[in-house]
Amino acid sequence: MSKRIDVKDLNVYYGNFLAVEGVNINIDAKSVTAFIGPSGCGKSTFLRTLNRMHEVLPGARVEGEVLLDGDNLYGPGVDPVTVRTQVGMVFQRPNPFPTMSIRDNVLAGVKLNNKKISKGEADTLVERSLQGANLWNEVKDRLDKPGSGLSGGQQQRLCIARAIAVEPQVILMDEPCSALDPISTLAVEDLINELKDQYTVVIVTHNMQQAARVSDKTAFFNIAGTGKPGKLIEFADTSTIFNNPSQKATEDYVSGRFG
Amino acid sequence: MLKVDVTTNSLTTSQGAGRAGDKVFSGAALTAGCLILAVLFGVALFLVVQAIPAFVAPAADIQGGQGFFAYIWPIVLGTLIAALIALVIATPVAIGVALFISHYAPRRLASGLGYVIDLLAAIPSVVYGAWGAAFLAKEIAPAYDWLADNMGWLPIFQGPASATGKTILTAGIVLSVMVLPIITSLSREIFLQTPKLHEEAALALGATRWEMIKMAVLPFGRPGIISAVMLGLGRALGETMAVALVLSSGVLTASLIQSGNQTIAAEIALNFPEASGLKVNTLIAAGLVLFVITLAVNMVARWIITKHKEFSGAN
Repeated sequence: MSKRIDVKDLNVYYGNFLAVEGVNINIDAKSVTAFIGPSGCGKSTFLRTLNRMHEVLPGARVEGEVLLDGDNLYGPGVDPVTVRTQVGMVFQRPNPFPTMSIRDNVLAGVKLNNKKISKGEADTLVERSLQGANLWNEVKDRLDKPGSGLSGGQQQRLCIARAIAVEPQVILMDEPCSALDPISTLAVEDLINELKDQYTVVIVTHNMQQAARVSDKTAFFNIAGTGKPGKLIEFADTSTIFNNPSQKATEDYVSGRFG
Repeated sequence: MLKVDVTTNSLTTSQGAGRAGDKVFSGAALTAGCLILAVLFGVALFLVVQAIPAFVAPAADIQGGQGFFAYIWPIVLGTLIAALIALVIATPVAIGVALFISHYAPRRLASGLGYVIDLLAAIPSVVYGAWGAAFLAKEIAPAYDWLADNMGWLPIFQGPASATGKTILTAGIVLSVMVLPIITSLSREIFLQTPKLHEEAALALGATRWEMIKMAVLPFGRPGIISAVMLGLGRALGETMAVALVLSSGVLTASLIQSGNQTIAAEIALNFPEASGLKVNTLIAAGLVLFVITLAVNMVARWIITKHKEFSGAN
């Protein structure tokens, strides 16, 4: 239940502005890959091209290929809706649907496309997803309460439960812990470690310790200056990136000399 | 213990000019707030005092000769029917137009369309009335004949249909055009305020655009839609000129396509100029009833909104 991602010569544009240039990267199935780099270097933009969420902004487009187990996400006739059922996403700020209960939040994606699901199946799925997100014990007695009543960290795990309930191949996380306190961050990081047994996880983070803690491989993105496109500078095993990077820019960044 | 000398404490000196501004503004705000209450109270008091003679008068003296209640309830029902028709037609159209503007139309078309909708609100109601009476009623009369022929078994479409088309259904349709811009522009504003986060959450789960709207936009906008509809209802209930011109009024009738029925506002407008004595009190009492209905509608709307507060996202 997880697929690999291969990106070939990807350019991302907003209108005529080239935001990310020439990315080539191979992301293994059942691994955690972290994207690091200074603000504005295009790592979030690039992450969003992996499930075509960048298209939400008018004028955004890409050149190049993103292959999910060999299938091009940008091939002719590919529906972004289908892509997003395969490649789920967790956002920077927890965003459970405020009008839905915890239970309905978990089932939100499953009930799409007019899929019918029996109550028994739904109960099983809710429990399995919440357990998968390490949230079941905290919320099992209040599944009918609104999801917005949970703490920030619980809300973020609820969002992860919602994402895994649709059984995607890949889970993208866009700075999932940047709005959370250290304890909640730890809970989410533990969860990421467990998720990679079943899913391909890609995470954008500003926190280099976090990248070092959770990821198998790390990609460093950088930008030459304002108005210039972001580029993938180096992609290697996380230990290599942090201990023995081949690029000077990577070494400067991970050792805190800039950024 | 440190001894503080008040006279040398630099924190006790006040900035004269800034404080004066604060006082003036809070005074002005308080006055404005009180003024609203005073005006509302004054109007209510006037209505009640002037209406009392109609309530206590002998039944035979009231128009119709059967007392105030027998006089008022048919036109209360007529008012509600006309407003209900207007809302039933206008609400889905308005929400559809608002969604089109906020989530479907290309940006340039959206702003143009929004402007046109707002323009609808700028047309004076007497113009709507004239349009309804002179044009719409005539054009729509054949449709009423068809309804009477084919759906006549429903009491609301019972024939024979009015030949002039000046029926409560026509009045309701005219009212629906009039309340459309209010509901549309308010709903559009609400829909545009839907947090991007929630829309993206839905899209990232594999929702189509319509599913995203069902999941994120409409639930978020529900209290706003209810307020918008209630504001529209308020206008439909109180609208006078259009109904007075369009409707060929008469006694309460179940059929919507025959002439007949009357609304409170139109009844007051048509009869007030020639009224005298107890008749004036009767009409003012009718106005009081309309006031109470509008108040009740607003309170119900507020109640509906607070009932869903827990799930509204306000927390």
